[in-house]
Amino acid sequence: MTEKKEEIRTGFYICHCGHNIGSVVDCPAVVEYVKGLPGIAVSRDYKYMCSDPGQELIAQDIREQKLNRIVVASCSPLLHEETFRKATSMGGLNPFYFQMVNIREHDSWVHTDKNAATEKAMDMARAAVARVRFHRALEKKKAPIHPDVLIVGAGIAGIHAALTLANAGKKVYLVEREPTIGGHMAMFDKTFPTLDCAACILTPKMSSVKNHPNITMWTYSEVTSVDGYVGNFTIKVRHKPRYIIEDLCVGCMACIDACVFKQKFEDEFNQGLSKRKPVYIPFPQATPQVVVIDPEQCLKLKTGKCKESCAEACDRKAIDFNQKETIEEIKVGTVIISTGFKSFDAKKLPQYGWGIYPNVYTALEIERLVNASGPTGGDVVMRDGKHPKRIGIIHCVGSRDESTNKWCSRVCCMYSLKLAHLLHEHSEAEIYNFYIDMRTPGKSYEEFYDRLLKEGVNFVRGRVAEITDWAMNKDEEDHLVIRVEDTLAGFVRRIPVDMVVLATGLEAREDAQDVRRLFNIGCGGEGFFMERHPKLAPVDTFTEGIFIAGACQGPKDIPDTVAQAGAAAAQCLALIDAGAIELEPNTAFIDEQSCSGCKSCISLCPYTAITFDAVKKKAVINEALCKGCGTCVGACPSSSIIQNLYEDDQIFTEIEEVLAHV
Amino acid sequence: MKFSYFPGCSLKGMGGAYETSLIAVMEALSVQLEELDDWNCCGATAYMSVDESKAFTLAARNLAIAEKKTDDLLAPCAACFLVLQKTQKYIKDYPEVGRVVRESLRAGGYDYAGSTRIRHPLDVIVNDIGLDTIKKTVKHPLKGLKIAPYYGCQVVRPYATFDHQDYPVTMDNLLKALGADVVHYPLKTKCCGGSLTGTLPEVGARLSNILIREAKRQGADLITTLCPLCFFNLDSYQDKMEGPEKITMPITYFTQLMGLAFGMPSSKLGLKRHIIPILPILKERQVAIA
Amino acid sequence: MSEQFEPRIVAFFCTWCTYTAADLAGVSRLKYAPNIRVIRVMCSGRIDPQFILEAFAHGADGVLIGGCHPGDCHYIEGNYKCLRRAHLLKRVVQDMGIEKERFRLEWISAAEGDRVKTVVNDMVAQIKAIGPLRLPSRFKQWDAEMRELEATVNHTEEMTHASQA
Repeated sequence: MTEKKEEIRTGFYICHCGHNIGSVVDCPAVVEYVKGLPGIAVSRDYKYMCSDPGQELIAQDIREQKLNRIVVASCSPLLHEETFRKATSMGGLNPFYFQMVNIREHDSWVHTDKNAATEKAMDMARAAVARVRFHRALEKKKAPIHPDVLIVGAGIAGIHAALTLANAGKKVYLVEREPTIGGHMAMFDKTFPTLDCAACILTPKMSSVKNHPNITMWTYSEVTSVDGYVGNFTIKVRHKPRYIIEDLCVGCMACIDACVFKQKFEDEFNQGLSKRKPVYIPFPQATPQVVVIDPEQCLKLKTGKCKESCAEACDRKAIDFNQKETIEEIKVGTVIISTGFKSFDAKKLPQYGWGIYPNVYTALEIERLVNASGPTGGDVVMRDGKHPKRIGIIHCVGSRDESTNKWCSRVCCMYSLKLAHLLHEHSEAEIYNFYIDMRTPGKSYEEFYDRLLKEGVNFVRGRVAEITDWAMNKDEEDHLVIRVEDTLAGFVRRIPVDMVVLATGLEAREDAQDVRRLFNIGCGGEGFFMERHPKLAPVDTFTEGIFIAGACQGPKDIPDTVAQAGAAAAQCLALIDAGAIELEPNTAFIDEQSCSGCKSCISLCPYTAITFDAVKKKAVINEALCKGCGTCVGACPSSSIIQNLYEDDQIFTEIEEVLAHV
Repeated sequence: MKFSYFPGCSLKGMGGAYETSLIAVMEALSVQLEELDDWNCCGATAYMSVDESKAFTLAARNLAIAEKKTDDLLAPCAACFLVLQKTQKYIKDYPEVGRVVRESLRAGGYDYAGSTRIRHPLDVIVNDIGLDTIKKTVKHPLKGLKIAPYYGCQVVRPYATFDHQDYPVTMDNLLKALGADVVHYPLKTKCCGGSLTGTLPEVGARLSNILIREAKRQGADLITTLCPLCFFNLDSYQDKMEGPEKITMPITYFTQLMGLAFGMPSSKLGLKRHIIPILPILKERQVAIA
Repeated sequence: MSEQFEPRIVAFFCTWCTYTAADLAGVSRLKYAPNIRVIRVMCSGRIDPQFILEAFAHGADGVLIGGCHPGDCHYIEGNYKCLRRAHLLKRVVQDMGIEKERFRLEWISAAEGDRVKTVVNDMVAQIKAIGPLRLPSRFKQWDAEMRELEATVNHTEEMTHASQA
């Protein structure tokens, strides 16, 4: 400590943020207060500090007033820390001689008492002014970005992102859990509001994925572990055995014909409306065109006893009952998660009778039922074999409901309209839609609603109370009765129908929490993956280099999903083409002078970044491995570990100073 | 397993068949019931609408006595079950209610911290004792007996403590475990008319009649219930009901059916305390009666 | 005391979960008591037990730690390390005569803005009920008492010394 002590000249800036801060915190009073603090050379307030003139103010003061520390009291550092660091370095100062005070999110927006809020702003400003004295010049580390990308989930989001990246010349690993890519969209019949057929627009993209030289498509596979950090992820992928050698199978389906079983197992793709054999191909355009054997159902795999007629029927000897799961390790620089959604389980609302009355269907079941390649070839025939004359479509099943899911699933109004149109077209039945509010915001959506009104579909505003087969009178007998309060007419109605369609809402996938943990990203309370910022970073996550797209982030329709997938792909491209990313220099290092070699820290590091130098008898931190959590720092008994940006001196000063107000 | 037992007025009066059969069945399942000492009227729904804080205090006195004994409180009557739960919830959720009730209780030498758990026997039997034990205890399965399971409104609403509010299945599962055929019964939680059968019989009896007609239409031999008032309405007014056709439909408590399946003598199950006789249909379906 | 006691609470929030949750509370314009001063750390694992003791020593009436839910730590398991330390510290703090309500550890995820509000309001209400801690002035008082005691001891020793001599 012999070097000459520099004179501290701190610049303090408080932002009004229009009225956001200024209307609650008395900014001029804070400015005056800060002027009296030690080391302050400049103290100012300004309407918008983040604006260009605001930033220039800082840079100019640094140059003219010889400032060597900067404190800005404004919004959250998570929003504008980078902005003001940049302004600091514009003025010729190392950007880490800067400290931010969050007086918007943590003060003016959450408190109403102006005096208390101003006092809090002063406390926080004082702590920052004191803390910034201990700041040091730091250099940002650069991490190179591996150019390959992993995409998890191959619905329309994953497919679109993969093609975008692959067309830009990047190598993509597209991992899908199911035996085929395509996701939910492949199950749909038509798409709203244009009514173009889902398969017609999706399947060309699916085959492009299959044939693209830059895409490695892995179906029936799952990511099992994720290590590393942005630019440098190591991913393990588990390939489940499909008991078919993929390279040999041409999808001729001779094995399916030969299988000794009758079609007796629920066909997942058709929502259980048809049956399949243990060896199957999910749907005619499945990609890859490779069959799969369900080990829980196959006689050979379950009991070992079967005459193996499928294997016999296969000319190409593609069936391999001895296949085992394999684990593959890949390196990628960025990840897109597009794992999609789950349909609300209609069983949770037994008053709507799904699973109790055979003629109650979910929307997804209807998508298959009206589909030309569906279980009935598009004939709207009910489970009891009859054709419906009257159909009720119930909106908001598992949406906008305190007892199930509070959110609006965004797509149900539109797909209900679409199904109303399709059901009418296929069956000439009279259609009733029961809605709470019609939500049709989107290009050409309201016009589609208008078209349905003109087509003669009935709309009843009211949340349906129940579906029952209890008949109150002769007209109701042998029908399903929809009991609903018609809130426009102002009375309770009982409307007998033959068929009920439940417009089930969208939920996060059951294992969203596992996926979230695997990739170290966040979930909102409702289970959808959380974006870094709802408006300004909608496809970013809190983990650098990991992006989200599609309905896994929240309910959305196909156009929005595709837009988001494109955005996520662009974010990956931005990182890849930059070649490297700057990382926060908040890593820890050892002060060799005082390290006693007690090894307390070594076992604490989750990244095994700390080793022991047996010769020097000191701990050593590998900076490249350190992620900057500071756990070792908090545990070191001799305070010999220092974390950049979170040094003991800095934090202790902050503690002391937030409390210094008397 | 041991419970404080809160019979309420019904089980000591017109719901006597419920009490005798419940006690017999619980004994067979080695559940000890100890009648709550010096219990008082729960207040039912009527008192609530007259004076809430007095009604809550009245009900809370029972909760306070039970709390001292530390056992969970078993309330078989649907109305008692609901009123006690409501009292519990209001004391917890509305500090002002809790304060008034506690002060009133203290004035009478009682105190209530709010820890008493209120249970319904159906919940205890299916979820604590379990259907496996029930199946093992069954001596004469109720084979061929077609039953409409009727829950009424109070046990499942508004507090869905152990089953779905609109479509409960706990009793369905219990009856299946007894070997009976449970018919699809879409009106299982619809109103029986409640106290309207007394005050506005043209409304009340009509609602009861709807329940009986639908049970018949679904092919039921009898309706089983877990509420003394439902039982009373359905069982006592059948000759006063006006409908397109005359129907007689025996009504039972679920505990009576359990007792039958467990092979208990009919004297223990109050089978003679029915207005619509139950023995003929049991004989017709060849249900063994000990 | 005519003025109402306003507790001073120092909070240590991890940047990924609880600090973000507090930001979310702000963005959602939830209103809570202004008694809290947040210090941001990267991970709750960074929180040195001395931070808490130091805060009490400098006049905090309460200390709140906010971290990610178990299993959700951005750094895999920093929050478990924090939990371990907090368990020990809780006992130490209580042995020092500091009421347990004054030291609190909460898991608050980035999505739980409303929990920040509830926890802060709850803690402020609890501490208001038990009153101020005032360690700094108690330290002064203890120092004075200690000095007095020392003076007495010295004096007695001198006397003994003198009488022996």
